[in-house]
Amino acid sequence: MNVLEINHLAVELPVEGALRRVLHDVTLSIGPGEAVGLVGESGAGKSMASRAVIRLLPAGAAVHGDIRYSGDSVLAMDRAALRHFRTHDVAMVFQDPRAHINPVRTIGDFLLEALLERGERRDDARAAVIAVLAAVGVSEPERRLRQFPHELSGGLLQRVMIAAALAVSPTLLLADEPTTALDVTTQSDVMVILDARRRERGLAMLFVTHDLELAAAVCDRIAVLYAGFLVEDAPAGDLHRNLRHPYTAGLLASRPDPVAPRPRLAAIPGRPLSAFEVGAGCAFAPRCAFAVERCHLERPELRVLDAGRVACHRAEELAGQLALSPTPGGSE
Amino acid sequence: MATLEAPLVATPAPRSRRRPDWVVLSTGTVIALLVLMAVFAPLLAPDNPDYANILATNQGPSAAHLLGTDSFGRDLLSRLIYGVRLSLLGPALIILIATLVGTVLAILSAWYGGWFDRVVSRAADILFAFPGLIFAMLAVAMFGPGLVAPVVALSISYTPYLMRVIRAEALRQRNLPYVAACYVGGLSVRTICTRHILRNVMPLLVVQAALSFGYALVDLAAVSYLGLGVQPPTPEWGVMVSTGQSAILAGHPQESLLAGLMIVITVVAFNLLGDRLASRQKGTVRP
Repeated sequence: MNVLEINHLAVELPVEGALRRVLHDVTLSIGPGEAVGLVGESGAGKSMASRAVIRLLPAGAAVHGDIRYSGDSVLAMDRAALRHFRTHDVAMVFQDPRAHINPVRTIGDFLLEALLERGERRDDARAAVIAVLAAVGVSEPERRLRQFPHELSGGLLQRVMIAAALAVSPTLLLADEPTTALDVTTQSDVMVILDARRRERGLAMLFVTHDLELAAAVCDRIAVLYAGFLVEDAPAGDLHRNLRHPYTAGLLASRPDPVAPRPRLAAIPGRPLSAFEVGAGCAFAPRCAFAVERCHLERPELRVLDAGRVACHRAEELAGQLALSPTPGGSE
Repeated sequence: MATLEAPLVATPAPRSRRRPDWVVLSTGTVIALLVLMAVFAPLLAPDNPDYANILATNQGPSAAHLLGTDSFGRDLLSRLIYGVRLSLLGPALIILIATLVGTVLAILSAWYGGWFDRVVSRAADILFAFPGLIFAMLAVAMFGPGLVAPVVALSISYTPYLMRVIRAEALRQRNLPYVAACYVGGLSVRTICTRHILRNVMPLLVVQAALSFGYALVDLAAVSYLGLGVQPPTPEWGVMVSTGQSAILAGHPQESLLAGLMIVITVVAFNLLGDRLASRQKGTVRP
C-alpha cells in the first residue's frame, strides 16, 4: 500500500471574503521508502499541497479531493486521530529553521518536547535525541541541548530541525524547501543527511523545492506543479532524457548551462499564472509555444505515458520535438 | 554559514558583557528596600506605630522621633515603615489577580479567536468605560470599606488593560511559524499555550505588571484617602495623607507630606523600572 495517496486535491483559501482557488488538481502517490520531488515556481501551490497533507492550512480553507495516509483519509481524521498522525506518522521540515523554532527555549526543550508529549520517559527521550543529533552530524550533541537557537548557525539549526523530525521516527517526511534558507555548501550537507537518513530508515519523503536539479538528484520521482495543476510526474532520471511536457522542457531549458554558457539566459515567455487566474483550457497554454486551439479550450487530464504521467494534449505528438533549448522565438 | 560553524567556539553568555543598567539597578534597589521594610517592619520600626502620646503631638524631627510625630503623637517613621506593608500588599494583590486573569483570557482569546475572543474583547471594552476608582467606590458601597472590596474591584478594572496588551502579543506569537511547527508536531493546545506562547509574552507581561503596579498603588491610595479603604488608625500611606490633612493648616504638614513622598517614590520607581524594561525588551531576541 502506498504511504501517501493524494487524489484530485484542490484547495481554496479565503481572500477578502471570497474563496480563491490556490490548488486545482493534484494527484500523487508516494510508496514506502520513495522520495518524490514536488517542483514548481513560486505560487504554483507546492507548499500548499504539502501543508494540506498535514492539515496545516489557514483557517477557512476549503479542501476538496482526498488525501490518504496508509489508506486512512487524513481529511476525515478527528482530533485524536490527527494528533496521533502528527506525533507518530508524519514529520515536517520547514524552510526557515529560525522562524520555526521557538527562540526562547533551548534546543533540548525543542527536541524533547514531542517525545515527552508522547509519554516517553525523559531519559529515554534524551538518549534518543542525542543519537539523532549525532546522526545528522551535529557535534557535541549534549552541549547543544543546553543552547538556544540564536547560538547556532543556520545550517546547524536546520540539522536540529531535521533531527526533531527524525526523532519521532515517522514513516512520512514532508520537507518544505528545507535548504532554501541555507547557503549552497550547507545546502548540500543538509541534503546528504536527509537522503542518507531516508535510505537508512526507509522513509517516504515529499520534497518540496523550486530547485529542479536538486530534486532530480535526491528523488526517485519528480512531480511538476504549474498554477495549481500537477502537469507532469516522471521518474527522476527520465525527466531530462524523455521530455514530455512543454513546461518541464521550458524549465529545464531555462537553467544556466555551466558547460556552454549562453550570453543570455533562456526564459519561458510571459509570466507565471496564479492558480486563480487559470481559464478553461490548459493552464500553461498562454505561454506554450506548442499550444493549439484545443489547448485553450479544453483542460488536459493527467494520463499515463511511458513511465510517468503527463497532462498535455499533445504529449505524444511532441515527443522528440521538445528540446533542451529555449522555446522557439520565445526569448525576447 | 558552513565555514562559520566549523570552529565550534562557545559563545560567551551575552549577559556578562552587558554594562550595568543604572535605572534598573537603582529602581530595583528602591523596590527591594521597600519589600525588606515591609517584611522586617517590626525590627526596623523604632516605636510601636499605634502608640499614641498626647503630650507629644505634631512634633518635628528629634532624637526620640526621627521624622517627628503625628497629631496623635505617634512616631511617624514607624508608621511609614509599617505602612509599606498594606500599601504594597494591596497593589500587589491587584496586579497578581489582574495579570493572572488577564493572561489566561488573553491567550485563550488569541488562540481560539471567534466568539470567545469577541465576547472577551467586548467585555473588556465595557470595563474600559468605568474608571477604576468609580468601580472601587461602587464595591465599597456594596460590601463596605476595607482592603478586600477595593482590591477586588480594582483587580477587575485592571484586568482589561493587561488583557488587551497581552492579547495583541499572543495573537502575534500565535501566527508565527514556530507555533505552526508545534501544531504540526502534534503538541497539545495546552502545551503550545503554556510552554511556547506564554513564555514568549512573559517579558511583556513583566513590563505591564510593573507599569500597572504604580497606577494600582495610586488608585488604592486614593481609595484609602477618601476613607473607603483600610480605616484609620491602621498605618497606610493613603490613610496617612488623609489623617495628616487637618494638621497641615496648623503648620504641621509632615504626616501628609512624608506619606505622599513615599507614594511618589514607590510609584516613580515602579514606572521607571517598567519603562526601562519596556525599552530594553525591544532589543531582545524575537523571531
